[in-house]
Amino acid sequence: MPSLCWGLLRLGSVLGVSCLALSSLVQLTAAAKNFEDVRCKCICPPYKDNPGHIYNKNISQKDCDCLHVVDPMPVLGPDVEAYCLRCECKYEERSSVTIKVTIIIYLSILGLLLLYMVYLTLVEPILKRRLFGHSQLIQSEDDIGDHQPFANAHDVLARSRSRPNVLNKVEYAQQRWKLQVQEQRKSVFDRHVVLS
Amino acid sequence: MDFLDEPFPDVGTYEDFHTIDWLREKSRDTDRHRKITSKSKESIWEFIKSLLDAWSGWVVMLLIGLLAGTLAGVIDLAVDWMTDLKEGVCLSAFWYSHEQCCWTSNETTFEDRDKCPLWQKWSELLVNQSEGASAYIVNYLMYILWALLFAFLAVSLVRVFAPYACGSGIPEIKTILSGFIIRGYLGKWTLLIKTVTLVLVVSSGLSLGKEGPLVHVACCCGNFFSSLFSKYSKNEGKRREVLSAAAAAGVSVAFGAPIGGVLFSLEEVSYYFPLKTLWRSFFAALVAAFTLRSINPFGNSRLVLFYVEYHTPWYMAELFPFILLGVFGGLWGTLFTRCNIAWCRRRKTTRLGKYPVLEVIVVTAITAIIAYPNPYTRQSTSELISELFNDCGALESSQLCDYINDPNMTRPVDDIPDRPAGVGVYTAMWQLALALIFKIVITIFTFGMKIPSGLFIPSMAVGAMAGRMVGIGVEQLAYHHHDWIIFRNWCRPGADCVTPGLYAMVGAAACLGGVTRMTVSLVVIMFELTGGLEYIVPLMAAAVTSKWVADAFGKEGIYEAHIHLNGYPFLDVKDEFTHRTLATDVMRPRRGEPPLSVLTQDSMTVEDVETLIKETDYNGFPVVVSRDSERLIGFAQRRELILAIKNARQRQEGIVSNSIMYFTEEPPELPANSPHPLKLRRILNLSPFTVTDHTPMETVVDIFRKLGLRQCLVTRSGRLLGIITKKDVLRHMAQMANQDPESIMFN
Repeated sequence: MPSLCWGLLRLGSVLGVSCLALSSLVQLTAAAKNFEDVRCKCICPPYKDNPGHIYNKNISQKDCDCLHVVDPMPVLGPDVEAYCLRCECKYEERSSVTIKVTIIIYLSILGLLLLYMVYLTLVEPILKRRLFGHSQLIQSEDDIGDHQPFANAHDVLARSRSRPNVLNKVEYAQQRWKLQVQEQRKSVFDRHVVLS
Repeated sequence: MDFLDEPFPDVGTYEDFHTIDWLREKSRDTDRHRKITSKSKESIWEFIKSLLDAWSGWVVMLLIGLLAGTLAGVIDLAVDWMTDLKEGVCLSAFWYSHEQCCWTSNETTFEDRDKCPLWQKWSELLVNQSEGASAYIVNYLMYILWALLFAFLAVSLVRVFAPYACGSGIPEIKTILSGFIIRGYLGKWTLLIKTVTLVLVVSSGLSLGKEGPLVHVACCCGNFFSSLFSKYSKNEGKRREVLSAAAAAGVSVAFGAPIGGVLFSLEEVSYYFPLKTLWRSFFAALVAAFTLRSINPFGNSRLVLFYVEYHTPWYMAELFPFILLGVFGGLWGTLFTRCNIAWCRRRKTTRLGKYPVLEVIVVTAITAIIAYPNPYTRQSTSELISELFNDCGALESSQLCDYINDPNMTRPVDDIPDRPAGVGVYTAMWQLALALIFKIVITIFTFGMKIPSGLFIPSMAVGAMAGRMVGIGVEQLAYHHHDWIIFRNWCRPGADCVTPGLYAMVGAAACLGGVTRMTVSLVVIMFELTGGLEYIVPLMAAAVTSKWVADAFGKEGIYEAHIHLNGYPFLDVKDEFTHRTLATDVMRPRRGEPPLSVLTQDSMTVEDVETLIKETDYNGFPVVVSRDSERLIGFAQRRELILAIKNARQRQEGIVSNSIMYFTEEPPELPANSPHPLKLRRILNLSPFTVTDHTPMETVVDIFRKLGLRQCLVTRSGRLLGIITKKDVLRHMAQMANQDPESIMFN
């Protein structure tokens, strides 16, 4: 029964997160039509005495051509057609909101991971050493040897089996994960068995 | 690992680094389907459940497409920003890359299209100068520092959180799809870390791409969603169908090529590809491409940075340089595969492999220091390929398009016939040559480090650089020697005949084909990238030539070579076995080896079996009638024996070490006061595959391949002689090919 609840909880959280992600995505794509996010860009090469120039204007796609965008027109009268023939106009749009949200979400995830990494590699061993004294340290160092993260996972697991409650379940799951990562690290980095 | 106290695993799950039993998975799925169909007639609710079960496949594909497209969009946007972060920062909004920062600016001029006051390089921010020696040095230092920071963060994250996230992923996914189990390789942490660190390593300027890792990311998404539905989570065979489709979605978002993605999955990655998977893969690839397009990372509704749209024609006489480019691609592919495998083997066996973090930092430092001075290696590889693929119109201001224009011309510039190369083009040629040599050398050392690394973009860059140089050479040759026979017919003076951008595309296809040995999927991906069906013939000519040249030196592409290096039990469907050996030559036990460890049908005690299991490490034992007659009854798996005995000792009454273990329907005749016997018929496989001892190995290898067997028993006139496992088959094939048979490590 508890495994069923756990499974339902996981499924519910996954569905909730994916619904949130999808709805935000839909909102983002809908809100993409910011004023400054559409433009018609005309590149005109040098012609006779005029140097090359780039013209930008916020205009709809059907009006995106040389006559509407190039303003003020540098040539007069019959030269306008020859000038406009060389110009190349392209309609572009982007979504500045998408860019902003994506970069900020990515940086926050990266920051969280870095903080967690610093905690796991530097802070946690110091805390455990201070809380549980010297004897545990000897036992865990015998087990692992060199300085790996998660070096104390074995004994924490052995101790945490006795008291079943939610916090302990989380810690138990975390220690199991640490052991898995340690096994992976051994096969990839130390023994070079997989992914050489 | 007793202290882990895992929940009691049911009979039917597999151990890590073992092969699945395809036949059993298929029959379990058929059973499940039959049960659901028969129950659906009972009530409306059961009928709805059967409909949901049928539709769950499509729901999984939809979810995979959405998540893969979203992750690819996030990766593209983040890479765009972080690559430019090495050079400068946007003052108005720090999250804009260079191009986005100057998007709304009115100060861009025709000559300096990239400059705008809002985007400032690091030299302008730190020492307030934008030109000169000190500005150059400050920019150089900042570039190196950012590159080192990104690479260090990436390798630390991989090492601490998810060591399986390193490498390309495609060799391991090929092995997984053929039936191998690597637990955690497609897990959630691997997905998260691979996505995050992929952005970091691509932005750090290392010579690698993101296409191979995107396939891994998409397969992780596939694994994640298939674990939500019991139809896929409990059946390893069905799960691999979902993973095949997810791989197609991965390539589709990497290249913007849905059809190419499906063909890549079919040709390169998948092992069994039923027609149903073809349709579902296409659906997943389309959904992924559509999601990526709606996120619109490049601001112009294109899926890939180097989409070209010109339609200039090519001429038959140009097939000669195209075939030369194909030969170059094949030679480069062979060189790269051999050197990279040698370097990876050295990393695996010597002390070099003990310092992964230091190795990444040193390679990044070397790459950044050598790459910065040359403008073609300073920019990101995707932008380089895009610039090389582009045709020179009037509006291009890059150095590659610096041709000498006739000042008295009256017609518009892009209608000009072939022009002689100006100074800029000559400078570009030798810079490209240096960049080519650098990229060839550095990619050998970069691919295979302990960071996510892909191969496609560097190979395409090498080919594009070579192709563009050949194209410019042919163009100038045609301009200066109109009267030569080969040019006379199709390249009259005043005609625009040679397009160097096309040569770059053909070169890119040739190099990519030489390394990976892709055929159809390569051509389809390239023409989906270019949008033009006119160039199929040059692309095919180059791809075919490069594959022939590369195959003349060795049969293996880079992914098969890495599979061999790691010793995975991958029985390739492309290999042909043409030797005349028989099953007796390969089976175990050989002459001089101890006899086969068998179980008897009703005369062994529990203690005998436990001793047998402890003393040997075989994955299964054949069950015979008795030691005298040795007639075969069936096959029992080691894991299931262990679980069943443990279960019986805990739960059943009266089972002691002296209890007789029997596999028949009825218990054997026992004396009155003997302990309760243990019936284990339910774990016995009554239909193991058998061949006779004179079966040719050709047939045996075919059976292993087509049915996905793990072991096969050898009999003669009904009596059990020996066993052939997949490992024995692989070792035998390696021995026949004069390779080291001890390199096959897994079972």
